[in-house]
Amino acid sequence: MPERPIAPTLRPFEAVGGFTIGVVDSLGRFGTFFGEALGAAVTPPFKVRAFIDRIDYIGYRSLLIILLTGTFTGMVLGLQIYLTLVRFGSEAFLGPAVALSLIRELGPVLAALMVTGRAGSALTAEIGIMRITEQIDALTVMALNPMRYLVAPSILAGLVTFPLMTAIFDVVGIFGGYLVGVRLLGLSEGTYFGEMQTFVDMSDIMTGFWKSISFGIVVTWVCTYKGFNVGHGAEGVARATTQAVVLSSVLILVCDYFMGSVLP
Amino acid sequence: MIQIESLVKSFGPQPVLRGLSLEVPTGSITVIIGRSGGGKSVLLRHLIGLLYPDAGRVLVDGVDITTLRGRALDEVRRRYGVVFQGGALFDSLSCHANVAFPLREKLRLPATEIAKRVDAALGQVGLEGMGAKFPAEISGGMRKRVAIARALVTEPEIVFFDEPTTGLDPVLVNTIHHLILDLHRRFRFTAVVVSHEIPEIFEIADTVAMLHDGLIAEVGPPAAIQASPSRVVRQFIRGEPDNSEER
Repeated sequence: MPERPIAPTLRPFEAVGGFTIGVVDSLGRFGTFFGEALGAAVTPPFKVRAFIDRIDYIGYRSLLIILLTGTFTGMVLGLQIYLTLVRFGSEAFLGPAVALSLIRELGPVLAALMVTGRAGSALTAEIGIMRITEQIDALTVMALNPMRYLVAPSILAGLVTFPLMTAIFDVVGIFGGYLVGVRLLGLSEGTYFGEMQTFVDMSDIMTGFWKSISFGIVVTWVCTYKGFNVGHGAEGVARATTQAVVLSSVLILVCDYFMGSVLP
Repeated sequence: MIQIESLVKSFGPQPVLRGLSLEVPTGSITVIIGRSGGGKSVLLRHLIGLLYPDAGRVLVDGVDITTLRGRALDEVRRRYGVVFQGGALFDSLSCHANVAFPLREKLRLPATEIAKRVDAALGQVGLEGMGAKFPAEISGGMRKRVAIARALVTEPEIVFFDEPTTGLDPVLVNTIHHLILDLHRRFRFTAVVVSHEIPEIFEIADTVAMLHDGLIAEVGPPAAIQASPSRVVRQFIRGEPDNSEER
């Protein structure tokens, strides 16, 4: 049956409706994808080898960039916070200020952004290329679930590696603050670490931990989804990779705000 | 037997299959020919359950696979071997590991049995001793042969070949065709080959089906197709330019 033509005055409503349906459809696919991945992750057979490979891919190979960015973030924090605190004669609080900034906010967020830039983009590109070269179809027609081989191990590896990368980022960041505050600007070592022990408690560490876990899920979920649903050819892979990194980065910051509001 | 009944598929406003029907007899080599972009690969993707039709049925030994999902569809796929157009070998695995993959993951065979069967499969396609190489390190023709070895190593009942000779030189085209024929004689699988290698493909086909305008324009033994009075078939076989096309 031929469609009735839409009156020109109603076309903006049609456009809004079409856009809304598109957004809801995409969100539905996105959610279903995660549900399928979760199903594959918790039911046997478990792909232990693929999981270990993904830990290496997402975590171990991101170690150098985490060490570098963590150290320099801590050094910058040490310098800037010291210069501010010294105006009020409160430089003794440099240690807790650096530690709390890193543990609660900067550690989880910057570590997640760095891992997204290094491993998330590579994950999308790798799965995207597997899609366009029919390697994912090959798995499917072998009666093997590609979610079990490609997506579930990545999400589980994100769950493990992001908190570890965050912990490493925090430790080297605190060390960077120590280098500047204690070694360069002359604050006593006892003050730097002693005040840190007084002001930083377990709830701060757990806040950072929960954030890093949620970022681990979000980044691997977005990056594998974008790779899985890539467009055509090299251009499609390039676009999916860019979208994955941008969307992951935005979601990291959005999640950070909401989790920071909810967590103690 | 595979029976395709009144298959209809459109992508947006673009109709690709318009009620196509075809029968693929068990144990035969059925070749589907037709122009590039004519829907041959779309048809093949329906047969292997990667696409679902808008209307129509695909019956594999009486089971309509267009209604199957998940494990039920996987049960049918366990009987399949598929050779994709580009080979679809896993980049991160060696040729040996690629061929071993379905044996390890699908059949869960012991390592010694897998090694034996992989060596035999690579030998059958003339690639003895090449197992350690990665797909990026071998030629296009070798990749196709590894893909054939991977598709056949589980001894499937039905094998689909999606343009197995695209991009190869004439010598390799004939080599791959004779390899398919030789393996078919040995294992007696049902083969569906999508190709536009004319006239070489007629040498291996039991049945040839010409796909045109979303329908099977003609189907029959190679000799009958080559002698067909249909202008569409003759134009395709002779490679005549578009302006003489029958409408």
